[in-house]
Amino acid sequence: MEELDVEAVVTEIPAVSTGKHMGFAWGPGDILVYETLYKAKGASSSGSSLIHEVRKDEDIYSPILRKLFNESHHIFVGLQTVGEDVPSKNKKPQFVSISKNYRSVIRACMEELQQLAVLTKDAEAATRLGNQVSILLAIELIWNLCEVLFIDAAPAGSLLLHLLDWVRLHKADVDEKTREVLQSESPAEHHNYWDVVVSYVLQGRVEEARQMLVKQANLHPAARGMFKLMDKLLSKMPFYNPRSTQTLTEFDVIWRHWHEEVDRCLQDNSFSSNQHLEFICKILLGDEDSLLECKDLLGTWYHFLVTRLLFCHPTVKPTDLHYYAQSCMTMFLDSRSVSEPLDSILLASFEFDIHQVIKDCSIVLNNWWFVAHLTDLLDHCKLLQSHNLHFGSNLREFLLLEYASGLFTHHSLWQLAVDYFDHCPEFGRVYLELQIERVPLETERKALKVLRVCEERQMSEQVRSICKIMATRALRNNRLGSALSWSIRAKDAAFATLISERFLQDYSTRGTFSDLDLIDNLGPSMLLSNRLTFLGKYREFHRLYGQKHFSKAAKLLLSLMTAKIAPQSFWMTLLTDALPLLEQKEVIFSVDQTYELMFCLEELTFSQVAAAASEKKPRQEDDVEQTKVELLRLALARNLATAIVKEGTVDT
Amino acid sequence: MESVNAKYVSQKVSRTRWRPVSVSSFQQPEIFATGSWDNEDNKVSLWSIGNYGGLGMEDGFEGDPQLLCDIKHDGDVLDLQFLDQERIVTASSTGGVTILRHHPNSQTLSVSHQWERAHRYPCDNAPCTSVVCSSPEIVSVGEDGRIVVFRADQEGVCRVIENADSSTIHAVTYLRTTEVLTVNSIGQLKLWDLRQQGGSPSKILSLSGDRVPLHCVDRHPNQQHVVATGGQDGTLCIWDVREESSPVALMEAHSAEMWEVHFHPTNPDHLFTCSEDGSLLHWETSSHSDMPSLLHEGSRNSGVTSRSAMAPAGGNKSLISAWLSGDSSKSCLKTSHMLPSQTLSVNSLDVLGQCLVCGTDGEAIFVNRQVLV
Repeated sequence: MEELDVEAVVTEIPAVSTGKHMGFAWGPGDILVYETLYKAKGASSSGSSLIHEVRKDEDIYSPILRKLFNESHHIFVGLQTVGEDVPSKNKKPQFVSISKNYRSVIRACMEELQQLAVLTKDAEAATRLGNQVSILLAIELIWNLCEVLFIDAAPAGSLLLHLLDWVRLHKADVDEKTREVLQSESPAEHHNYWDVVVSYVLQGRVEEARQMLVKQANLHPAARGMFKLMDKLLSKMPFYNPRSTQTLTEFDVIWRHWHEEVDRCLQDNSFSSNQHLEFICKILLGDEDSLLECKDLLGTWYHFLVTRLLFCHPTVKPTDLHYYAQSCMTMFLDSRSVSEPLDSILLASFEFDIHQVIKDCSIVLNNWWFVAHLTDLLDHCKLLQSHNLHFGSNLREFLLLEYASGLFTHHSLWQLAVDYFDHCPEFGRVYLELQIERVPLETERKALKVLRVCEERQMSEQVRSICKIMATRALRNNRLGSALSWSIRAKDAAFATLISERFLQDYSTRGTFSDLDLIDNLGPSMLLSNRLTFLGKYREFHRLYGQKHFSKAAKLLLSLMTAKIAPQSFWMTLLTDALPLLEQKEVIFSVDQTYELMFCLEELTFSQVAAAASEKKPRQEDDVEQTKVELLRLALARNLATAIVKEGTVDT
Repeated sequence: MESVNAKYVSQKVSRTRWRPVSVSSFQQPEIFATGSWDNEDNKVSLWSIGNYGGLGMEDGFEGDPQLLCDIKHDGDVLDLQFLDQERIVTASSTGGVTILRHHPNSQTLSVSHQWERAHRYPCDNAPCTSVVCSSPEIVSVGEDGRIVVFRADQEGVCRVIENADSSTIHAVTYLRTTEVLTVNSIGQLKLWDLRQQGGSPSKILSLSGDRVPLHCVDRHPNQQHVVATGGQDGTLCIWDVREESSPVALMEAHSAEMWEVHFHPTNPDHLFTCSEDGSLLHWETSSHSDMPSLLHEGSRNSGVTSRSAMAPAGGNKSLISAWLSGDSSKSCLKTSHMLPSQTLSVNSLDVLGQCLVCGTDGEAIFVNRQVLV
């Protein structure tokens, strides 16, 4: 067995007394735990009758996160169809924009959770919401970095610009502080003023820093020259422009010049009379100690990393990132001994170790949403080279299957899972087949939706099973018409036969048909089963008879027996139905037809005699039957006589 | 398509309905109700798209629908109708029919009356699939094949037609004040005269042959004999209930179940359908030869035009409804998609004035305030 990556987490199950033995059963997204009847020696109390449901993933039940699942489903489906015909190098912008869509959905969710956390009065709920917000924040942070490093794969030069954007987006408290400072009576004297300016510089937001500095300059007209010099340095700070014709080497030369200029200013003590400006100057030089002094303003080691790159190595190559990342992390975190999971995930990203990122995220996060979607996107970018798992098919499919199975356990999110299964080529269908059959069907409308899913995918086994469930339910509730409709839809001949039998039984006992609207409209579906055909034809006979089309009715009745469509058990009823036709004034059954009727009657009585001999039926029932047969014989004989006479007579 | 506003609501939406506006004023509707299905706890919710702050009236469609109030609903909401400005009638999968009252002052919803198990089997609940009301009368139909008539001002049930149908009745609508029309799962359209005491329909119209289940029905607002239905295969059928026993026109519309069809209440040359295939279609017809220019203008801003069946317009200005002339017609019939591509079912739509609202299984509500009619 493989080594475990992390220690197993212990979940306390309340209401289970100590010393009891527990049993459990796996579910797709949860497990059921119960106390067993096993009694340890000395234990006396009886077992509890509770079953506990233990879930790994609670997030799926959050109403706000449901929006995340729904919106990202839409993006996911769109991603699967990203132009198969487009050459792969032209796809990159599309993938980046899809990645941004995913992130904006995360952001939207986060904002909503944040609002709710502020509004809620329940402290416990507020903490829970707060936790969810911080998880989403971390997810978005990781995703954004992955987007920059893996999906966009920015080359040296633009790489730093992207990283700066990344830091700016996730360290937005500067803007809040600025607002506070600017709203005060004299911003330049606000106690946060210099923090704001330094923060701007640390994030490379030169324009904003300059605007802030103007306020201070106005306050100190004497030091105007010094402020002007700082303004000049800041405004001249070169930034690489990927769209210009400038090459990276050219940029490097310009940057070096600027760096030397800043260094000169510091050396000749231009800023010595203002410690703040001198400090900013040191930052511009990328002085490590000064940067580390701003720990509070930087907040995180990765901000430190990006700032350090900005002022020391603006043309950093993607391949060198991991070296700086590692050193910045150790420098920044020396006070704290342990690094958090987030740190190691980010570090792994800087090392371009995609699999490590995914693995760590899978361990830390309690649901599969993030890893499944990110892995899928990376896979589309062809970044996951055949990394074979020794289970399942591949990483992407494995994670998608886990995520979708989780959705399927949810009362109403199961519909989303279907599309995820569809895009798992190897095992998706099997998963779907197993799961879809287990969706509870409360209403016909839901059944129709589930059926549509199955029919679109030619899952005939499941279609049959669902129709059968619905037909059985209808039958139990005595809704023969509905039951028949369902079995016709499933083309389930055996069940259609069963229901037809019920119809015929009802007819035998009541003497009338129920559900005429259905039986009269069977159409070609009548051919599904012999018994159903008989039911339909027999009803047609009644209709013809009712409309007084006697000869047509008689012909149909006879053919039901001679073509063996009618079950023999029903022949007596059919022959009895023939009686009134035989008794009509005009001759309806021709000579040949009468012979055939007689033959049917004889065959029936013969087989009945044979059956009676083996079973010994009670005598009384036989008497009634006997009278019926005699009546029939009489009527047949009389009809035969008149028919012979009629057919022998030549009309004159 | 730019003016379509989507909002995710964390519940699968089974029905959306505008609250009626008074006929005399040319007001646009502001409030709609939604019902959810397939949740552990289902809800009926009221939403507003009005600008209560009074600010930014110009960019009207910036406004997201805002939740006014909601109430828990026992079972899936299978249908939803406004009885009047303040009362809503719902049909539940538990077989119950409920009247909810909206209290505008406190912005709350409360149960005003409930007929539990109005639809039922001897020992089980039968879902109530559809309700229709013409205040104070309410008619409901269900999977149990019964038609039940209530009055909003009476406790008990007014009338029950047992075994009105041997299969499930999927939808019901008023044809006239005393006549209702039902559609069932074996492709039949049945006309019921509620004045007659017998338990049989006054007329049955049916699709020939293939018995495609019908899921929805709507009546032309001005010409009461013209009826549109939508079926399981996504086909739109137009019927003339006066004479024919089979539909006048069949039009291929969607690739899966059509869940709702609605004529525009004041401009019935326009019709809207939505479907399990995730699309919402806007149908436009005109039989007047002097109007094609208008038609072209109308189609300009709408989205992708699909299956447009354009035929040269003739000079025939008869009073026959454009819808009845069918495919043999000399009229124009245009369809356009109203939603961006999406995969999950659009379960419901409602249109009033220039506003359209629809709800999906993707847990989103789409509001379009600039429907070109």
